[in-house]
Amino acid sequence: MEVLYQNLLNLDIKMIIMWLIGGVLIYLAVKKDMEPTLLLPMGFGAILVNLPLSGAITQGAEAGPLSILYSAGIANELFPLILFIGIGAMIDFGPLLSNPVLMLFGAAAQFGIFFTLCMASMFFDLNDAASIAIIGAADGPTSIVVGQKLQSNYIGAIMVAAYSYMALVPIIQPPIIKLLTTKNERKIRMEYTQKPVSKTTRILFPICITIIAGLIAPASVALVGFLMFGNLIRECGVLDSLSETAQKVLANLVTIFLGITIASQMQADKFLRVDTLLILGLGLVAFIFDTAGGVIFAKILNLFLKKKINPMIGAAGISAFPMSGRVVHKLALKEDPTNFLLMQATGVNVSGQIASVIAGGLILNFFLH
Amino acid sequence: MLNLTASFEPMHFVENLRYMGLGMLGIFIVIGVIMLLTILLNKLTSKPDASDPEQKES
Repeated sequence: MEVLYQNLLNLDIKMIIMWLIGGVLIYLAVKKDMEPTLLLPMGFGAILVNLPLSGAITQGAEAGPLSILYSAGIANELFPLILFIGIGAMIDFGPLLSNPVLMLFGAAAQFGIFFTLCMASMFFDLNDAASIAIIGAADGPTSIVVGQKLQSNYIGAIMVAAYSYMALVPIIQPPIIKLLTTKNERKIRMEYTQKPVSKTTRILFPICITIIAGLIAPASVALVGFLMFGNLIRECGVLDSLSETAQKVLANLVTIFLGITIASQMQADKFLRVDTLLILGLGLVAFIFDTAGGVIFAKILNLFLKKKINPMIGAAGISAFPMSGRVVHKLALKEDPTNFLLMQATGVNVSGQIASVIAGGLILNFFLH
Repeated sequence: MLNLTASFEPMHFVENLRYMGLGMLGIFIVIGVIMLLTILLNKLTSKPDASDPEQKES
C-alpha cells in the first residue's frame, strides 16, 4: 500500500506552481490560439517534468528521454537549425525583393535587442545578458542557438520567454504602436505596386545572403545558411516535393520535439527563481523597444520623405513572422477599413526575419570567444 | 541564483552602450549591403517586357 503514495511525499509546492504554469500555457495555446504548436507541448512538458522523480528527465544515473532529446537536439543546436530549413521554405521573399528598401525597417526593429543587452548587463554577466537580449530577435531558433553558444545559465527561461512573447505579439505591439503614432499617421496610405521579380533573383538571393552574412558575421552562418537553404529549396523550382516536406512534415516533426524538449528545462528548482521573472521582464523590454525602434525609424524617415510612410509598418520589422505583419495590417484596417498594408507589412516582417538572424550573428561575434 | 541587490551594477548600462552603437551600425551596414545587392540583382535579371511596344521599338 505504501508504494501507492510513497512518491506523493516527494511532491512540493513549487512543482504544483509549475503545473499551473503548464496549464496556463496549454490554455493560451488551446483557447487563445497563441503559438499552439509550441505552447501546448511546452505546457504539457512543464507538467511532465515536474512530477516528483519524473522518469521523463534524468534522475541520478537513470537517463530520461527528454534529457536525452535535449542533449541530442538542443544542446548542440540541431533542432532549431533544422527547423530553420522549414521556416526558410515557408517564407516568400517576393514582397521584399520587389521593394528592397523595406529591409531598412527590419534593421531598425532590432534596436530592442541591443537596448536590452545594456539593460540586462546591469544584472547579469555579459554572456547571459547577450543571451537574454536575443529574446528580442522574436525568433525562437535564434534565441536557442545564441543562448547555447554563449553557454547561458538561463537557457530554459530564455526559451520560454522567446516563444511566449512571440505568441503574445498581438497583445504587446498594438498599445506601443498607438502610443507612438497619431491617428492621422496610422491612416497614411501606402501604394503597393508588385514589381515582377525574376526567378534568377529569387534563386540568387538566398545564396548571396548566405555569403554576405557568412563573410561579415561568420558565427551566424549556420543560422542564415539553414534558413536560406530552405528558401533555395522553395525557389529553385525543381525540388517542389522537398520544399513541401520541409514546410510541413519536417517543420512539424521538429516542432513537436522542440516544444516538449524545451520543457525539460522548466524544472521547478531551475525555473521558479527571481532571475526567471527578471528575464521575462527583460524579454518584454526587448519586444517593446524593437517595436518602438521600427516605428520611430519610420517617423524619422517621414521627416525627409515627400511620400509619407505609414510608421506602423516599422513595427512589423520585429521578426515574429507572420504575426507582427498581420497586427500592423489589422491596426491599419481598424483606423481605415479601406487601407490595406498587408503586403508592405509582410515585406518588412520578412526583412525582420533576416535582420534578427544577422543580429544574432553580431551578438555571437561580440561575445563568443 | 542571482542576488539582485548584490549584482545590480547600473554603470554597466553606460559601459555597454558601445555594443548598442556597434550592433545597430553592424545591422544597418549588413542590411544596406543586402539591399543594394537586391536592387542590383533586380536590375540585372529583369527582362524588358516583350508586350511593351515602346521597348520593342528601342
